[in-house]
Amino acid sequence: MGYEPQADFGTPEVTSESSVTLTIDGRYVTVPLGTSVMRAAAISGGSIPKLCASDNMAAFGSCRLCLIEVDGMKGTPASCTTPAAQGMVVHTQTPRLQKLRKGVMELYISDHPLDCLTCSANNDCELQDTAAQVGLRDVRYGYAGENHLGLVSDVSNPYFDFDPSKCIACSRCVRACDEVQGTFALTIDGRGFASKVSAGQAEDNFLASECVSCGACVQACPTATLQEKAIVEIGKPERSVITTCAYCGVGCTFRAEMRGEQLVRMVPWKDGKANRGHSCVKGRFAWGYANHQDRITSPMIRETIDQPWREVSWDEALGFAATRLQAIKAQYGARALGGITSSRCTNEETFLVQKLVRAGFGTNNVDTCARVCHSPTGYGLKTTFGTSAGTQDFDSVMDSDVILVIGANPTDAHPVFASRMKRRLRQGAKLIIIDPRRIDLVRSPHVEAAHHLPLQPGTNVAVLTAIAHVIVTEGLADEAFIRERCDWDEYQDWARFVSDEKHSPEVLAAVTRVPAADLRAAARLFATGGNGAIYYGLGVTEHSQGSSTVMAIANLAMATGNIGRKGVGVNPLRGQNNVQGACDMGSFPHELSGYRHISDAGARALFEADWGVTLDPEPGLRIPNMLDAAVDGSFRAIYIQGEDILQSDPNTHHVAAGLKAMDCVIVHDLFLNETANYAHVFLPGSTFLEKTGTFTNAERRIQMVRKVMEPANGFEDWEVTQALANAMGLEWNYTHASQIMDEVARLTPSFAGVSHARLDEAGSLQWPVNDDAPDGSPIMHVDGFARSPSGKGKFVVTDYVPTDERTGPRFPLLLTTGRILSHYNVGAQTRRTANTVWHPEDLLEMHPDDAENRGLKEGDWTRLTSRTGETTLRITVTDRVAPGVVYTTFHHPATQANVVTTEFSDWATNCPEYKVTAVQVAPSNGPTGWQEDYNEQARLSRRIASGLEAAE
Amino acid sequence: MDPTSLRYMANQIARNFAIQGEEEAIEATAEHLKLFWDPRMKAAILADDRTALSPIAAAAVERLK
Repeated sequence: MGYEPQADFGTPEVTSESSVTLTIDGRYVTVPLGTSVMRAAAISGGSIPKLCASDNMAAFGSCRLCLIEVDGMKGTPASCTTPAAQGMVVHTQTPRLQKLRKGVMELYISDHPLDCLTCSANNDCELQDTAAQVGLRDVRYGYAGENHLGLVSDVSNPYFDFDPSKCIACSRCVRACDEVQGTFALTIDGRGFASKVSAGQAEDNFLASECVSCGACVQACPTATLQEKAIVEIGKPERSVITTCAYCGVGCTFRAEMRGEQLVRMVPWKDGKANRGHSCVKGRFAWGYANHQDRITSPMIRETIDQPWREVSWDEALGFAATRLQAIKAQYGARALGGITSSRCTNEETFLVQKLVRAGFGTNNVDTCARVCHSPTGYGLKTTFGTSAGTQDFDSVMDSDVILVIGANPTDAHPVFASRMKRRLRQGAKLIIIDPRRIDLVRSPHVEAAHHLPLQPGTNVAVLTAIAHVIVTEGLADEAFIRERCDWDEYQDWARFVSDEKHSPEVLAAVTRVPAADLRAAARLFATGGNGAIYYGLGVTEHSQGSSTVMAIANLAMATGNIGRKGVGVNPLRGQNNVQGACDMGSFPHELSGYRHISDAGARALFEADWGVTLDPEPGLRIPNMLDAAVDGSFRAIYIQGEDILQSDPNTHHVAAGLKAMDCVIVHDLFLNETANYAHVFLPGSTFLEKTGTFTNAERRIQMVRKVMEPANGFEDWEVTQALANAMGLEWNYTHASQIMDEVARLTPSFAGVSHARLDEAGSLQWPVNDDAPDGSPIMHVDGFARSPSGKGKFVVTDYVPTDERTGPRFPLLLTTGRILSHYNVGAQTRRTANTVWHPEDLLEMHPDDAENRGLKEGDWTRLTSRTGETTLRITVTDRVAPGVVYTTFHHPATQANVVTTEFSDWATNCPEYKVTAVQVAPSNGPTGWQEDYNEQARLSRRIASGLEAAE
Repeated sequence: MDPTSLRYMANQIARNFAIQGEEEAIEATAEHLKLFWDPRMKAAILADDRTALSPIAAAAVERLK
């Protein structure tokens, strides 16, 4: 694809069952009722000049350029605000209109710099294009009068500049911030000639304002007023490639705009069905890590982890790894080996790693980072609904009437979806939030939750049981739905359980600390407010009852009939870009791709015939079990692709001990991550910009990842895995990632209709894609649940079992953890970008009462101690958290928040209980001994024998 | 494998199934161990002292034989 901006139809698409036909400049065009004349003209192939209109925001009618004449109508109305009508005859190019437009344009240009040739938007500027379109040749007023040409640029944002001298006050940036992003950070300050775009208060610049740097304003700007710094530095792109973001589970699609092999900018793709043309600061701007100086591009090995790394050839590194793996296998058996697939890598790469482990190593010891995030979703939704995935597409939220968000913080962790949700909330949908913290959604501009239930961390099941109690005992359950779609006997068992008085909000308030009246009101709203949709995140899953909570959520959706149509459903907000895909591809030790248990002889036989091997019918080890077995001596080698378990997994000391005990740790990554401190082999990885494949987002949407530049390390990650397999004698011969997807489709019924060619054609597909659903499945369980053979939803009684992690005199506070907008997971990527200006370190949030009791004030260094370990970090004092609760993020390795998290985990899946740790916080004057020792160990372990030391 | 950790896990699984009633909880716990535990974990818990387990967990482990 060349570089041409995407078509802009001027006003948003309208959906209507009725249509109208009109004539525009002699062309007949039929459009849905309610469509603007401007959009109709664009659809008919015409182009009405415009400056303040864009098809991702409501018509504004201020620039006065899009004027039209309509037969039988007086005057020259603006086409953006004039609805198309049946039989209307429109003229968009008449001498009268040309004169008017030229006059308007003349006024704009009289106060605009005439530096087009040296302007960063030269040849990519709507103002310039429109001036050409209207035939402006001179400005009669001259340039000597009062003007804005001397205004100074605001260059405070690390990714874009604001040059007010080029602003035409069209308000597109302000409206994009309001309507698309929903932050309302920008405004037009002043009146008349003094009108100017302002970020926040007069004293604020963009960086200091509430701007979240999503880029919507930059995208909306028709001039060079808001411009990416990269465009200023590099110039206009010359080609673009559509690809999928590698940050969170929303799965935004972008146009990677290129100059040769140089990425100039990422622009959200308007046709992307996950993001609908929107983006966040990470996907839009934070891709600089791809070329960061820390990137390792040569393979390295070392005999022992106390030695410096030695750069070697690929053959030597792979031979070294294969020899060690084979020797360990020969001595200790196949079950001493294992692997971890990456939720950051493509489906194809993930599938290949689990194939290497199962077919090559000969064991099912394969796991993935979903173990530490959404494994309870897999277990819970499989048990209740029959399939391990969310039920809706993201568009569904626009049909929701009541949105229940539990244990998720979408504005920070899934920002682009949060913007959609906020748009629906501004339209009037009601919001219920169940979260220990007052997250931004509780109250932000033009959004206010009807109910915020600030529960005690660890009491999700109790809160959901109390909600169910209200719904059942007050007769609010949808019995018709339940009788038709679920097992009635199971429902009755469940209803009896939740109806017990001991599960009433009044009784359970003693443990949940949620006022019973609030909980009752929230329950009534959810059950009676229309389409009810539940969105949840890791605040649900990362608990000792994570799986129970997922099942309790599913129970609630079934009990209220909120499954199987638009606007409803159970929606896990997935953390990593391809965590859904990694699970789908058979990354769990007990499951083959498509969630078929390894003990299923029929499923196993399919793979055995295709791969020509015999598979172990017993489930393998999960990540925490691998570490236990390593300390025990029965697990001795691991191949880790794109995952930093030392930083991301709980109880860092234990992870380190497990890794240290192994004879062969192979890390395949972009950087010498924390885990690599304990590695013997380092295989350099490739970024998402350097590979072809697919990611599957939180709505089961499979989307293409397209290579836009050659891998800096020489190979796509699937090629490296194949090379390792072949070094072990497996003789694989894939020549393109599409062949791996063909294999997935061949072996996985829910992916039967998926191929790269089909994805190229359709743009994206939501699994299942097969003969029953050739175009995919935006909404699941429409006519029956995926549970076989009954097709009935299963109610599961979920008994509240308090976590064993308890507060007491020594550890009186509860620590819970989360994410922040500007960083992603362990920060390996975002810490290597300018995003650090927003969040240079992890902070501990503490309630003012708790801070005062400890003599702590804003910014003080504190020592955070749990039964597991201790670390130090600075505090921020805020009433976002309740007294007794503290909160931090885990984006920076120096903090090592996981030094304090415990080994308690979900009962069904071993997903760690990150969200509840009993802690004490005390004043401190510096890093702990552990932090100092760790930093020294990390420094030593990153030495490279050539004399270069990779900097963290 | 460290028996302390395995005992804790088995007891935790049993505790979450306990609401289903003793017989169903034993069966569900046994099935859970079969479906999700690696052979060395099953072997280790089988070889371990049952007295450290809750009655449901102990009965479930018996069914792994």
